[in-house]
Amino acid sequence: MTLKEKEKSWKEISIAAVCWKPSTEFLTGDWKTYKPVRDPAKCTRCLLCVIFCPDGAIHWKADRNDIEFDYNYCKGCGVCANECPVKAIEMKLE
Amino acid sequence: MQSEEWKFTAKDIAEKPDLFMSGHRACAGCAPAAVMRLILKATRGPTIVTMATGCMEVVSTIYPYTSWAVPWLHTAFENAAANASGIEAAIKVLRKKGRIKDEHVDVIAIAGDGGTYDIGIQALSGAVERGHDFLFVLYDNEAYMNTGIQRSGGTPLGASTTTSPAGEVIPGKLEPKKPIADIMVAHEIPYVATASPYYWRDLIIKVRKGLEVEGPAFLHVFAPCPRGWRSDPSKSIELSRLAVETCVFPLWECINGEYQLSAPSKVIAMAPQKKKPVKEYLAVQGRFRHLFTPKYEKLIDEIQRITDMRWQKLLKKCGIA
Amino acid sequence: MKSVEQKVLALNGDEAVAYAVKQCDVDVVAAYPITPQTIIVERFSEYVANGEVETAFVCTESEHSALTACLAASLTGARAFTASASAGLALMHEMLFVTSGCRAPVVMAIANRALSAPINIHGDQSDTMAQRDSGWIQIYAENAQEVYDSVIQAFRIAEHPEVLLPAMVCLDGFQLSHSVENVNVLPDDVVKKFVGVRQFPKVLTHEGKLAPLRLDPHNPMTLGPLAFPNYYFEFKRQQEEAMKKALEVIRQVHNEYAEISGRSYGDGLLDPYHLEDAEIATVCLGSTAGTVKAVVDELRSEGVKAGLLRIRAFRPLPVEGIRKALENVKAVAVMDRSMSFGGHGGAVFHEVRHALYDSDKRPFIVNYIYGLGGRDTSPMQVRAIYKDLQEIVQKGHVETPIKYVGLRE
Repeated sequence: MTLKEKEKSWKEISIAAVCWKPSTEFLTGDWKTYKPVRDPAKCTRCLLCVIFCPDGAIHWKADRNDIEFDYNYCKGCGVCANECPVKAIEMKLE
Repeated sequence: MQSEEWKFTAKDIAEKPDLFMSGHRACAGCAPAAVMRLILKATRGPTIVTMATGCMEVVSTIYPYTSWAVPWLHTAFENAAANASGIEAAIKVLRKKGRIKDEHVDVIAIAGDGGTYDIGIQALSGAVERGHDFLFVLYDNEAYMNTGIQRSGGTPLGASTTTSPAGEVIPGKLEPKKPIADIMVAHEIPYVATASPYYWRDLIIKVRKGLEVEGPAFLHVFAPCPRGWRSDPSKSIELSRLAVETCVFPLWECINGEYQLSAPSKVIAMAPQKKKPVKEYLAVQGRFRHLFTPKYEKLIDEIQRITDMRWQKLLKKCGIA
Repeated sequence: MKSVEQKVLALNGDEAVAYAVKQCDVDVVAAYPITPQTIIVERFSEYVANGEVETAFVCTESEHSALTACLAASLTGARAFTASASAGLALMHEMLFVTSGCRAPVVMAIANRALSAPINIHGDQSDTMAQRDSGWIQIYAENAQEVYDSVIQAFRIAEHPEVLLPAMVCLDGFQLSHSVENVNVLPDDVVKKFVGVRQFPKVLTHEGKLAPLRLDPHNPMTLGPLAFPNYYFEFKRQQEEAMKKALEVIRQVHNEYAEISGRSYGDGLLDPYHLEDAEIATVCLGSTAGTVKAVVDELRSEGVKAGLLRIRAFRPLPVEGIRKALENVKAVAVMDRSMSFGGHGGAVFHEVRHALYDSDKRPFIVNYIYGLGGRDTSPMQVRAIYKDLQEIVQKGHVETPIKYVGLRE
């Protein structure tokens, strides 16, 4: 989780409770107990894990023609491992 | 419909930046969160999203954080469709008066089963009767999960929830799910469909069709909740497949009153031997655990009977049976 | 500045509202019918049907959705209006708080009506008094002319960037909503210029931009989020500050409007009548002031130093003004057209009494509950109130702090 910063006074924040931070600044990665680990040799880059990840924590890197796990957000649910058609992802205790 | 030609390849989807951003605080394995991501992958231009109170609203907008890269509004629980009405009406007039850019804006209202089947149905029925041009997406996790798993009109027969607990004399919820999508069809709106995240491409195309259509559209999305269903978080997407394979949640569209099965369900209609027994679907969920005891096992037959009956009815509507 | 030339129309209070809304360049009207408000939306829908307004008119399936649609439209940048009463306003209760919390300057006319049960379609102020803590500005009009004037002012007040709060204009059901009066109306262009085009304050968004506060695909922002205990309180404090600002803005807008129209109502917040040297006075809201003024005139002609303080702005409450206006009076009777069961008197009584607490001179203060469910209040009954006040002054103490006017004992 991100460090707690000083909370602002009512005079400092915009009215109407408009959110002023993207949630990408809130790291949910430390929730996980298990972590997905992929075997690149088995992976076919079908991208199903990218599509199904509830946390958007698996990115497609077009330039490298590969996927990348973003452990800053991954909550360790294991959906990616469960859905992987070639069983290239294994959930390992962190 | 031109939608048939859309590609939406896995690469297209993967490359489109997430408009429902990471860092939301949904539980691990939350299918509704996956559904939010998929819905926004289908957007086609300027879009405003409005949402009913519920899990997805709460986990995505904890001040000062937001997971929404699109303009987003929440006001209350029962009124997502009324929000959409106001937004759509405002845009129409402001465009005409030249106060905003003269361009089409898609309006998507999103609500859970509580905000659709129960407390939200009045506003929804009113808004579609008035013909506002918007897409209403129901993400159905089959109970009030945000308040701690209470039964809703979308909770299936036999499910144990905190207000329909399986006890010594009562086997969980006594009533089957309200056929909400059929109720929306009865409103004679141009587009109604059901979708399930395992069939992600089908889901995305249906969202896009709902946006393309002029007038109200309704999309019922099946959205397993590991916390409330007492299921393994890694099985959320698998459950959304099993629900389709057992015909507990068939996939179909109703375009201008014409029902048609979507491919994953059509396969089963064409080859009925592929239809799995509901037991397979029920067995992997803790909310149905009590049904696997001698005392209540008869209810599984009843669930199978209702599932078959509804499936047959649907086949008839689709001109198949 | 000389006031502009005006037409005189025979309008009832509801029609006066509709006429004002027609002139205010309103973008969205969403409403649901309820007596005695219905004439407002009926007239307005005629303007829509005849192409006299550029307004999206949304006939919602409930008042809850009516206010929701107005709120959402307002947050999308529209000027939005609705009208309601009684049960309709009660059904809006939840959304009243959301509207003020979202800082949406929706304007709503309320044709005040009693709350069920038993069901009763006639006038009293139970409906709006029950919503006094909802964060809405509340202005109570005395007659159809003031109704017209107040609706126009309400848009300016609500949309003022330092206020940005929703506003209710309250008119007594039937006494005002259905009674035809001669109403001076300003030319369309004068009203249009007076209300102007909506301006939007800038807010910080998640993209790190300062953007106008509205739903706009080109400046995405999140409105209506969840605030935990670490932030919720701060937003409520902001609303209180806006209410404070509204005190001054109501006065300013009223004065500016007075210059154009030639009509004023006290300072816009409080409308005193023969109060300067008054020894006894009543306090009331709305149309009853007409009856009271007639009685004050009679009493004055008889040499009785009687006065009246009509509260026009009940939210924000001009506490200072009330104290100053009443502290030199010897005895005050506050008239409440609603009840606060078990609360020792009505809402107006509570608040006027609270305003006087800080005065060294604390006059005697008593409460008269009157007119519930549309019961008539006669000049004779008002005279009796002043007579009671005279007795209190004479005896030097209050015997019965709360009385019911015209109730069969």
